[in-house]
Amino acid sequence: MNGSYLDSYAPLLLMFLLAAGLAAVLIIASSVVGRHLKVRAKDQPYECGIRPTGDAREPYSVHFYMVAMIFILFDIEAIFLYPWAIVFKQLNMFGFVEMLLYIAILVVGYIYLWKKGALEWK
Amino acid sequence: MVPISYYLILSAVLFGLGVVGFVFKRNIITIFMAIELMLNAVNLAFVAFSREFNQLDGLIFVFFVIVVAAAEAAVGLAIVMVIARNRKSLNVEDVNLMKF
Amino acid sequence: MFPPLQDLYRIAPELVLCAFGMLVMLIDPFVPATRKRSMGWLAFAGTLVALASLRWAALNQGSAYSGLFRVDMFSLFVHAIVIGVSALAILGSFDYLDRENIQRGEYYALILFATAGMGILAGSTELITAFVGLEMSSISTYILVGFRRTVLKSNESSLKYFLLGSFATAFFLYGIALTYGATRSTRFDVVNQAIAAHGAGPLLILGLGLIFVGLGFKVVAAPFQIYTPDVYEGAPTPVTAILACGPKAAAFAVMLRIFYSAFGSASHVWFWAIWVSAILTMCIGNFAALVQTNVKRLLAYSSIAHAGYILVAFAAASEIGVAAVLFYLAAYAAMTLGAFLIVAHVGGTNEQRLNIEDYAGLGTKHPWIAACFALFLFSLLGLPATGGFLGKLYAFQSALDQRIVWLVVIAAVNSVIGAYYYLKVVVAMYFHESNKEWAPMPMRAPMFVVLLLTAIATIYFGVLPNRLMELAIASARSLR
Repeated sequence: MNGSYLDSYAPLLLMFLLAAGLAAVLIIASSVVGRHLKVRAKDQPYECGIRPTGDAREPYSVHFYMVAMIFILFDIEAIFLYPWAIVFKQLNMFGFVEMLLYIAILVVGYIYLWKKGALEWK
Repeated sequence: MVPISYYLILSAVLFGLGVVGFVFKRNIITIFMAIELMLNAVNLAFVAFSREFNQLDGLIFVFFVIVVAAAEAAVGLAIVMVIARNRKSLNVEDVNLMKF
Repeated sequence: MFPPLQDLYRIAPELVLCAFGMLVMLIDPFVPATRKRSMGWLAFAGTLVALASLRWAALNQGSAYSGLFRVDMFSLFVHAIVIGVSALAILGSFDYLDRENIQRGEYYALILFATAGMGILAGSTELITAFVGLEMSSISTYILVGFRRTVLKSNESSLKYFLLGSFATAFFLYGIALTYGATRSTRFDVVNQAIAAHGAGPLLILGLGLIFVGLGFKVVAAPFQIYTPDVYEGAPTPVTAILACGPKAAAFAVMLRIFYSAFGSASHVWFWAIWVSAILTMCIGNFAALVQTNVKRLLAYSSIAHAGYILVAFAAASEIGVAAVLFYLAAYAAMTLGAFLIVAHVGGTNEQRLNIEDYAGLGTKHPWIAACFALFLFSLLGLPATGGFLGKLYAFQSALDQRIVWLVVIAAVNSVIGAYYYLKVVVAMYFHESNKEWAPMPMRAPMFVVLLLTAIATIYFGVLPNRLMELAIASARSLR
């Protein structure tokens, strides 16, 4: 049974090999066949045509992390809506009220964030 | 169907990688990611068992683990941010005012 | 479809704590910075209401939410300890937060959330519920430990506690997954039946081992205690007081439930693990405490040693052993809370007076504070007529009843060693000359009440232990 299971994945393996092979061939071919021109402008970072302004590796604003954290929290809380949505019909009013309570608790967190100024981008 | 032992071995390997990463890495963020890896290894084990037993329980556990991991991640990042601001370094060896 | 309304009554204390926690968070942004102390009073009111609602839960004893949570004497006993600890710690924090200039509403909200988590931990009869409770209390305390944001030591404690704490949690969780895989359930009763029917296989034993790692971290059992001194030293002292009592009591409670109810039929498997861990914990705690010069750190090591004494009673694995654990937890909570809050009070601004020599002359300058501190230290040391003495007595007695003689011998030797470092502090307070000026230390009413209550409790448990012991035995009975 084990062998037949792996057999069913053989086309996938073939597909993977083909894709990797094609990519390798194209990269090698372009470096062998292509014409190379060494100019200063080609080594500069490309920023949609304008001249680059300073280093690209600037530290992110701390505020970015704050927003990221808030996003993670609220994003993940939504996960509990999925199982609820599946059995929503069976749960009836009870499930609805429960979920309202759940959302209300999240709203408390949201109001707290808002009032603390965590959402303002300074 | 893939036998359950495959999943369990994968889960154990991931968990082991997490432990190794936790013990040997020096950067706080990397250590942090090692912990997340461990939690996700557990998730994999839960899902595998759940499928093996044809129960939903294991899947629901995963939800709880994910949510708790997210809360932990938020708190962890906040702590790391405070440390980075006060010390300008993210190497655990620099965080050594008190001896272990 | 509706779960019975009774289930809500059964988790009333947790509901009250969470509701008050959210209320504090909701009101806090609207309160001007100078009036944040009112948030503390609101949180204190929350703990009082939660204590009152225990009565309500007590009238509706039984299993809730199809076997996830259980209200019985055992859970009520532990609830009373953890909520009481939080209530007193909130009162004891007011002046400290003012001095450190970190008087904020979040502090109190986090204490309430952590307490709710400990309550869930104490009542859980299912592993995932226990996990959620554990994390609720852990995540809140990670933040509390780092609450002095500008102090590097506090940052460091917070980081260490967080990293090692989540590391231990991952082990706990993996243990749960393996237990689930071996028994097809995470409910304690079903796990117990499965073990009784099929015995404990390697998967299950590994699972139990990993669960022990996770809980051992919370109860500071060796070899998972390494983080303790650093975290306790860097945390704000009132938070240290909570850490040393609340999470420890709750984690011991869930450990008792898991080891006795779920893995009770496999006690031969875990007995030796507990035995070795108890000895290691006692020895490491006591020997390391001998060389400490910082009182806060000394008390941290002493709290490790006490976890070892509790493990001695744990190893007895009998009804009287469980009762001894519970009695010890209650007595320990009273004296440790008092001792740490005195350290917080004497420490002054920025916690500058923490060394033993800083305590020189306390006996003449502030006789009442010194007397209280001496009482707590004597109780920790285990002098007769204090709660600590009877806690140790019951713990060792219960182990002797089960013929675990060597463990008790080692524990007794250890408590003699412990006498040295406790007495060192007492001697410094009363017989050494102070080389520093004592600034006046005004003690306001809340702190005074807390010290009075903990001191009375320590003496009461030592002189009239019957009432508490009866409750502890009734709780132990309800565990089976």
